[in-house]
Amino acid sequence: MSKTMYEKIWDQHGIHEDKSGMSVIYVDRHLIHEVTSPQAFEGLRVTKRGVRRAQNTFATMDHNVSTRSKDIEKTELTSRIQMDTLSKNAKEFGITLYDFKDPNQGIVHVIGPELGITQPGMVIVCGDSHTSTHGAFGALAFGIGTSEVEHVLATQTLQQKKARTMLINVEGKLGFGVTAKDIILYIIGKIGTAGGTGYVLEYAGSAIRDLSMEGRMTICNMSIEAGARAGLIAPDEKTFAYIKGRPYSPKGADWDKAVQYWKTLPTDVGAKFDKIIEIKAEDIDPQVTWGTSPGQVTGIDGKVPDPEHFSDSVERLGARNALQYMDLKPGTPMNEIKVDKVFIGSCTNGRIEDLRVAADIVKGKKVTKTVVAIVVPGSAHVREQAETEGLHKIFIEAGFEWRFAGCSMCLGMNDDQLSKGERCASTSNRNFEGRQGPGGRTHLMSPQMAAAAAIAGQIVDVRKILK
Amino acid sequence: MNPFKQHTGIAVPLDRVNVDTDSIIPKQFLRKIDRAGFGKHLFHEWRYLDYEGTKENQKFVLNQERFRKATVLLARDNFGCGSSREHAPWAIADYGFKVIIAPSFADIFYNNCFKNEILPVVLTSKEVDELFNEVLAKSGAQISADLEGQKVKGPTGKEYSFKIDDFGKECLLKGLDTIGWTEQFLNKIKSYEETDKTRRPWLYSVK
Repeated sequence: MSKTMYEKIWDQHGIHEDKSGMSVIYVDRHLIHEVTSPQAFEGLRVTKRGVRRAQNTFATMDHNVSTRSKDIEKTELTSRIQMDTLSKNAKEFGITLYDFKDPNQGIVHVIGPELGITQPGMVIVCGDSHTSTHGAFGALAFGIGTSEVEHVLATQTLQQKKARTMLINVEGKLGFGVTAKDIILYIIGKIGTAGGTGYVLEYAGSAIRDLSMEGRMTICNMSIEAGARAGLIAPDEKTFAYIKGRPYSPKGADWDKAVQYWKTLPTDVGAKFDKIIEIKAEDIDPQVTWGTSPGQVTGIDGKVPDPEHFSDSVERLGARNALQYMDLKPGTPMNEIKVDKVFIGSCTNGRIEDLRVAADIVKGKKVTKTVVAIVVPGSAHVREQAETEGLHKIFIEAGFEWRFAGCSMCLGMNDDQLSKGERCASTSNRNFEGRQGPGGRTHLMSPQMAAAAAIAGQIVDVRKILK
Repeated sequence: MNPFKQHTGIAVPLDRVNVDTDSIIPKQFLRKIDRAGFGKHLFHEWRYLDYEGTKENQKFVLNQERFRKATVLLARDNFGCGSSREHAPWAIADYGFKVIIAPSFADIFYNNCFKNEILPVVLTSKEVDELFNEVLAKSGAQISADLEGQKVKGPTGKEYSFKIDDFGKECLLKGLDTIGWTEQFLNKIKSYEETDKTRRPWLYSVK
């Protein structure tokens, strides 16, 4: 029988299914960080349980690390306690840890692929909703709560019900200046922030196949913003080329066996999805959010909508709240909105390719004087690579701050935050109220668009700059 | 975990859609290593006028005298979206809520509720609208939720049936240790690993 990629991975990981449909599935790789793991380890201690397969779990520090300094003394006390706790837990339970000073440190969803921990056909979980990122490799990857982190540590499995499947087919060629970020924001705008609830999304079509692995990660990363736990993209030669030679990728005869296996994963011809969405790549303009939910998005040529024009009461209520919080008036052209800060980074857009395209935009130009702009590489390796290529010089000369790796202003758990009322052009994934700092206002966009906004001091159509 | 069978309490209507877990418990309160004490920071940005949380925002519905003792949260679509942080249900439970009623929940949050003695009830938008109106109409209005019978009773006595996943229901009713439940399949897990070693040997050669 023809199967989707999700069904193949699901079936291969099933251990038990009870009559209600609740399954126990095997977890191949478990990633942990300092914020959502301490209570899980404490739970293990209280119940006198151990970690079943410590070698399947990898830890790093990303959420609240300082991006200004590697001196832990400069980190705020409660953050330091969380980081110390992770160090102690990793040591006690024998888990590999890339701490804040390690050359492999970085945002958990950047280092997983970078180190070859992430591979096709795996089930990967992490106490972080953006675990969906790893789906770019054809791995079933999703975020879990801390109780589930404890469950995985104790049993190397997870209780889970089978999801429905949705195929999102993006066919055609992307327009000039349009990126993976614009594709996913456009999709979320189409299907809504709850459109994917209960589904695993599979992204397919020529526009997806044409993307680099970095671009595919950006797409899968934001699956959760459409309500879906996971997003998948079929592994292909690009995927294999990316994985080859990384520290944890298969070597020698294992490599050949692995590739052979990975090639069996893509969805079979004729496999049935519960829902299919068709999107034309040509219809997508550079996207910018205007509201406080990632689905509140429009093309750069668009305007802030009038909430009263939404026929759906849920959308209307959401838009009313959003405009009040964002201090925006209906009818304001998106490309006239001024910004105070620019953030380039995060697990969505903090990879080397993102920094390259942003550097291309700012090269030889200056950040507007009133704007504070920061570049936060997604990992220590991304930072190192960017420095090898001289990208840091381009950013610094343009007036950007060049930081150490971490989650940083995507969620502002460290001191990288928006102040009340500040408006930010951000390459991150969530424009929720207060997400980047209490009272801060976020406009999500691609790295190119954010870089252009830093130069212009306002949201601007990057295509006019690229010309 | 304590068993959950039924609950009756004052209901508070939170008239917002897409309430995300960042709003439920903002990031500055996530830097803790235990599960206790998150309730005082629940909905912090909406509940307080200042960063420190010393001045209450009287306009926010939870701060209104008639809703202060609420233990049932009436909410709108896509409640609990965004971050997977279990601190969100910890904060909700610690504040004193036992039941959340909404037309839809985000997936991870919904699952997290079952691990924290919170009953998430899905009713239709129309039914939730009715409950909003009934709760607003009378001070001290209570809602009852009966998990065993899968029924909610509104302030006027009108009953609403709801569906719930059998496994989640069992977990709440028994206060099940879910890790303990999975541990009964330990032999199956071991035999899975043995088979998998021959199928995907490269995954097992990791140092």
